[in-house]
Amino acid sequence: MRNTNVWKAAAAATVLLLAVGCGSGGSGGGGDDRGGGFRAPDVPMKKTLGKGEGQVNIIAWAGYAEDGSNDPNTDWVHPFEKQTGCKVNTKVAGTSDEMVSLMKTGQYDTVSASGDATLRLIASGDAAPVNTKLVPNYKDIFAGLKKQPFNSVDGQMYGIPHGRGANLLMYRTDKVKPAPDSWRAVFEDAPKHAGKVTAYDSPIYIADAALYLMKTEPQLGIKNPYALDQKQLDAAVALLKKQHGNIGEYWSDYQKEVTAFKGGDSVIGTTWQVIANLTKAEKAPVKAVLPKEGATGWSDTWMVAAKAEHPNCAYKWLDWIVSPKVNAQVAEYFGEAPANAEACKETADPKHCATYHADDESYYKRVHFWTTPVKQCLDGRTNVQCTDYAQWTRAWTEIKG
Amino acid sequence: MPAGTSRTGARLRLAALLTPPLLWLGLAYLGSLAVLLLSAFWTTDSFTSDVVHIWNTDNFRTLLTDPVYRTITLRTLGVAVAVTLIDALLALPMAFFMARVASGRWRRALFVAVLMPLWAGYLVKAYAWRVMLGEHGLVNAVLAPLGLTGPGYGLPAAVLVLAYLWLPYMILPVFAALERLPTPHLEASADLGAGAWRTLRLVVLPAVRPALLAGSVFTFSLSLGDYLTVQIVGGRTQLLGNVIASQVTLDLPLAAALSAVPVVLVVCYLAAVRRAGALDSL
Repeated sequence: MRNTNVWKAAAAATVLLLAVGCGSGGSGGGGDDRGGGFRAPDVPMKKTLGKGEGQVNIIAWAGYAEDGSNDPNTDWVHPFEKQTGCKVNTKVAGTSDEMVSLMKTGQYDTVSASGDATLRLIASGDAAPVNTKLVPNYKDIFAGLKKQPFNSVDGQMYGIPHGRGANLLMYRTDKVKPAPDSWRAVFEDAPKHAGKVTAYDSPIYIADAALYLMKTEPQLGIKNPYALDQKQLDAAVALLKKQHGNIGEYWSDYQKEVTAFKGGDSVIGTTWQVIANLTKAEKAPVKAVLPKEGATGWSDTWMVAAKAEHPNCAYKWLDWIVSPKVNAQVAEYFGEAPANAEACKETADPKHCATYHADDESYYKRVHFWTTPVKQCLDGRTNVQCTDYAQWTRAWTEIKG
Repeated sequence: MPAGTSRTGARLRLAALLTPPLLWLGLAYLGSLAVLLLSAFWTTDSFTSDVVHIWNTDNFRTLLTDPVYRTITLRTLGVAVAVTLIDALLALPMAFFMARVASGRWRRALFVAVLMPLWAGYLVKAYAWRVMLGEHGLVNAVLAPLGLTGPGYGLPAAVLVLAYLWLPYMILPVFAALERLPTPHLEASADLGAGAWRTLRLVVLPAVRPALLAGSVFTFSLSLGDYLTVQIVGGRTQLLGNVIASQVTLDLPLAAALSAVPVVLVVCYLAAVRRAGALDSL
């Protein structure tokens, strides 16, 4: 008799689910009716700098807050702690989505947000406007990075630019021949390395496929890989579904990619320069190139949390990380262009800024910085509605099947 | 019999003893489940990922109408069933040997061997398998002379590692049941002319069936909810746990709706097991 009760309960649960599934009208998606203008919530800005609070909690990309544990010669955290008395607690995040959700916990003071996280953090009120007067090194930041649509609202900066770079194509030189120079290697030519292709595990990777289609299928009319209407998104999804069959594994944890390339489980796929450097340091024969189609990339900004518990230490960190010497160190270690113009004089390789086109705005026209796709097309089209990040997220689940 | 006062006292003491754990169960455990289920009826702002408290059932509708979630649910269910069957097949002979054949030091050694994996951290074991299953790992090295290659990272690897991880949870109850099995039963079966196979089928199996089912509750439900092992050795495979984990950061309400799926599956499984009488002895 007890048994029948349990069955009834289970059946009731199922019926509830079914009923729920069939009911409800289609209100579809969330409340995303922002018109043209982007309005930031009213979050107060810091007016004066006080004494350090003794510690600072930061969210960073791998390689942005090195304390010598990966490479004893790469350490700009301990000198900071010594100089300011702010102990640094670092949380490394693998994707922008992870950064956004970590910031929502309210436990962190500052974050190295890419362009696809910055506006989300501003809109949700999790990031505060940054008083650039309190960051002396801000004056030397390249003009091309100041007051950009992804780091400011109405001329008010919401962070300090850190640096920028491109997502690269990495391959094992002993397994992939001839050397690839096109993203074709991970799309049409992926079957050549079936089961050993890798890709970045985030919906934003859809932009990589869109970028490739932009060059190879001009009739689709993609102008900006982050502004895709439904038809264009479907094309990118179809391409990625085909790629899925040849993927060994996706990565978002940089260490996972290092071990996969080192062990030969992955032989070709998208990467960051810092991962290529770490893999090379492990004596694996890899090379990273910028394919001829150009690439997606990032432009990062250090933002301060609206509810930062250690705002003074956070501002000290902002100023420290873009100071010429440190910015040069980070840029060289991560493999990106520094944001501070003075940093170009401090790099160990005197040609670093030239190699990474630090002040070459025309070069960065070829690199499509991560940004959050929204319904209102970012390429200026008004006759069609674009797909937003929620749709990209669902598409990404579908691609991975 | 003493007067009613001491009986009231005993009752009070019993109540004091039981209240904290019951509160814990009710508030912390069932309460969190209720909150989870409740948040499945909310939605998110598609831009900021903030949870918007508007009551709607879209998440469940997506779940039921989108074919990708059906595929993932069936795949996850398949993994849980496969892991359970593999563990049952491995645990039976192993537990039988430990309970009925081995004695003294041997049995203790085997017992330690079975329990030892439980002492090591879950992640350590999963990463150990990642290393072993890799291109230049131990599995491929051992199989190479035979002209074979290992499964690599993927669904078979995920099933293999999950089966390894949860095996002790199957062996222990089966071992306990076999240990309780009276020797005269086996002797009687032999005296009556039954062979080993027939004895196993007609005497041993019915005796350990409740234990097998109890063990399967662990292997089944643990496999249903797992996502780390799949992430580490599963290659590009996506199971329910992975989808939930990736949606938690982007769309908490959808993740909550998704987590209702394994809950419903486990409840159904428990009901089925209970019907089979496996929980009566607990």
